[in-house]
Amino acid sequence: MNDIKVYALSTCIHCRNAKKYLDECGVKYECVHVDELTGDERKQAVKAVKEVNPAVSFPTIVIKDKVIVGFHKDQIDKALKED
Amino acid sequence: MDAKQLYASLKKIQEPKGYHFNTDMDMTMPLLESLLTNKERFGYMACPCRLANGEYEEDKDIICPCVYREEDVREYGACYCALYVSKEYNDGSIEKKVVPERRPPEKILF
Repeated sequence: MNDIKVYALSTCIHCRNAKKYLDECGVKYECVHVDELTGDERKQAVKAVKEVNPAVSFPTIVIKDKVIVGFHKDQIDKALKED
Repeated sequence: MDAKQLYASLKKIQEPKGYHFNTDMDMTMPLLESLLTNKERFGYMACPCRLANGEYEEDKDIICPCVYREEDVREYGACYCALYVSKEYNDGSIEKKVVPERRPPEKILF
């Protein structure tokens, strides 16, 4: 289960809670804190978020081909089960 | 100023307007701390749950309390980050939902 990506903000409580929940689920994920990026790195990250979530809101969680916008435990559970 | 002091000073201003702090302190205190983090970062308290541009003029709409709060609290009982909520949200008489982003993505400039 290495293909989980979390686009988050370091200051966002929903992002923090979502990451905590993924930790509790015992899954590994890659986290990008978009607010800590600058220049081209930031542009690339915003572009990547926009492609899966046009609202560019956080957290945006990508689990395989599923995109979860915001912290929704039920959607995370469902996407993990399909893994 | 620390989060507790910020809590006390904002409470006095916001409660008479009908905006209550979320009674879930595991949400509220980290959010207030993040507001202080953003104040240090940018010079103003940008919403901690949104990607700020880092320039006052470009972030005016998301400086807490953001311009979207009124509509969000009316519709969902909570603002986007759930720092400010309605009385009904706190007493559990309305369902707690994830508030969708209302800010147009075009506002994110870099």
